[in-house]
Amino acid sequence: MAFLHGVATGHSQVKNALKGRSLTPYLLLAPGLIWLITFFIIPIFSLASTSTMVRPDGAQVGVYVQELRFANYVDAFLINKDQYLRSFIYAALATLVALAIAYPLAYAIAFKSGKYRNILLVLVIAPFFTSFLLRTIAWTQILADQGPVVSAIKVLPFIDDLFRINNTSTAVVIGLAYNFLPFMTLPLYASLERIDPRTLEAAGDLYANGLTTFRKVTLPLSMPGVVAGTLLTFIPAAGDYVNAAILGNPSTKMIGNVIESRFFAVVDYPTAAALSFTLMATILILVSLYIRKSGTDELV
Amino acid sequence: MKKDMQSLSPEARAIIKAQMTRRTLFAGVGAVSAAGVLAACGTGSSTGLKTVVDVSDSEKIVRWASWPLYLDFNEDTKVYPTLAAFEQKSGIKVTYEEAIDDNNTFYGKVQGQLSIGSDIGYDVVTPTDWMAARFIEQGYAQKLDAANVPNKSNIREVLANVGFDKGRQYSLTWQSGFAGFGWNTQKLPKGVRTMDDLFAPANKGKVVVLSEMRDTIGVIMLYQGVDPSSNFTEDQFMNAIDFFKKKIADGFIRQVKGNSYSEDLKRGDANAVIGWSGDIFILRSESGGKFDFAIPESGGTLWSDNMLIPSTSAHKKNAESLMNYYYEPAVAAQVAAYVNYICPVEAAKPELEKIDPELANSPFIFPDAATLAKVKVFRSLSSDEATKFQTAFDEAIGN
Repeated sequence: MAFLHGVATGHSQVKNALKGRSLTPYLLLAPGLIWLITFFIIPIFSLASTSTMVRPDGAQVGVYVQELRFANYVDAFLINKDQYLRSFIYAALATLVALAIAYPLAYAIAFKSGKYRNILLVLVIAPFFTSFLLRTIAWTQILADQGPVVSAIKVLPFIDDLFRINNTSTAVVIGLAYNFLPFMTLPLYASLERIDPRTLEAAGDLYANGLTTFRKVTLPLSMPGVVAGTLLTFIPAAGDYVNAAILGNPSTKMIGNVIESRFFAVVDYPTAAALSFTLMATILILVSLYIRKSGTDELV
Repeated sequence: MKKDMQSLSPEARAIIKAQMTRRTLFAGVGAVSAAGVLAACGTGSSTGLKTVVDVSDSEKIVRWASWPLYLDFNEDTKVYPTLAAFEQKSGIKVTYEEAIDDNNTFYGKVQGQLSIGSDIGYDVVTPTDWMAARFIEQGYAQKLDAANVPNKSNIREVLANVGFDKGRQYSLTWQSGFAGFGWNTQKLPKGVRTMDDLFAPANKGKVVVLSEMRDTIGVIMLYQGVDPSSNFTEDQFMNAIDFFKKKIADGFIRQVKGNSYSEDLKRGDANAVIGWSGDIFILRSESGGKFDFAIPESGGTLWSDNMLIPSTSAHKKNAESLMNYYYEPAVAAQVAAYVNYICPVEAAKPELEKIDPELANSPFIFPDAATLAKVKVFRSLSSDEATKFQTAFDEAIGN
């Protein structure tokens, strides 16, 4: 009897182990899936349904009924096309500025920093230790009309007395480039750091000078970092509203500001939802075109 | 916090001309806003709100959402003296949060929970008149039990019968204030008294105005000769919007924002603002008189923030004792001495005289009839108007 009992338990243990193994991938996926369903899929549907609602005449503020009015999208886009265009222009400019600053920075950290490498990396992410909002507000002090930057520029002879940076589009782009700089620097650093030094030596052996080595070896090998960095900068920058709200003026508002105002101030949820969808779709299209063009399919 | 009445701008003291009494002024306002509220009703959908059981006696807490710099605060000990005294006296623990910096944003945050009747985390909220009206209208406020708030009768007469809450059944005024012109006295020694002073050529790109539609547009309407407390038409409102848009397009108005306009004044990015009286007086006392405030010659606006108990609060009785406490004249005086806004308790004046006689005579804390005659309360808007006007305003400021 004891023997039989032993066989029975052993058998069920094997069965359990098999069953456990087949469940493992699902269990591993579960947290991510639950997260995605709760915080992405459900809200997306709720957003989609809100975007075609209509406000009945005389209804209380914030009350909308479903009428499948897809013209909401057309209206929302036509009224706010300037802000859309502006968002993408500012985001593109900020991405270029960030790339111009981050590439040499990441290059220096990857190849020239020696024992300071870790300290420099910490410095790159150090701004995250303070609030995004506070850092942006700090720029209003730096760029103030009587602040150090503007005063220094005003010393130049051809500068108008009314010259200012705060509350201009320049300030908004500066703010965006600054706030997303770490997102550009880190992927660049990661891809530069991975470059095998022997490839650079080989280029030297083949009589390539420094510039040629950079152009033919380093830059192509760092392209995944460039693509990842530009995406990580461009996407959040296009939807950002904090920089335009704090550093801009009424004619530098971006689409994020419009969505915020429609949602909170006007309590016009359908327009806010339609605008969000249009923004998401536009970014998706731009990003897929960009990835196809830059030919780094392995990224996605 | 000392304020030198003598050095207040002459116009601040000289707003003593008109004869209209407070009562006639406010009666007019009340009638109009009542009409607005009625117009807004009719399609109410606030049915099915859950009733909450009051657990005040077992849970001795009250959670209060208010605005920044809106309660007496001791910088050295980091406590709110009047709150600490209340806790001591009542045994009720108060959580005070500066959770509101914009009516719309705050409403956006709590509206979802209110509509399904789940706790918003506050037992007292402090929205401005028109937002308080929305809370009451939509059934998101609990009716006060008069027996628990005996000090209610201390309310300033003109505030006792507002259009959105006849007889103050749901709400009690926390503080009131004026919107008008604030300016840097070093840059503009002559002061800002009229719209032409505000938009003088020297101020190009140096003017910041409030993102609170009713204050900025209210002040512009008064300049255009339209009374914002009257039953003005859509065209009259849109005329003010057009004026506002033009000043933005011409580069006069640099930015449109909330409380943070005071930073622009301090930094020197703004010479003059359309701002709130209490803010500018706090700036003034911090800077040794570098800033000043005046109600525009063409008139300013008067607004109030109101304490009310949200429908989801399970600590109604505690909230009521808190509200009652702040209507004791001595306590109200202590708050007024710090916040510099209009005190809702008339009887606090002799108490404030004991703390700071000069302050007690300020027309910006205990306004006289003449001062009140210079200001108007923006009337309640119907929900259709509110949506249309707010859209126009937000489009004007680039949103």
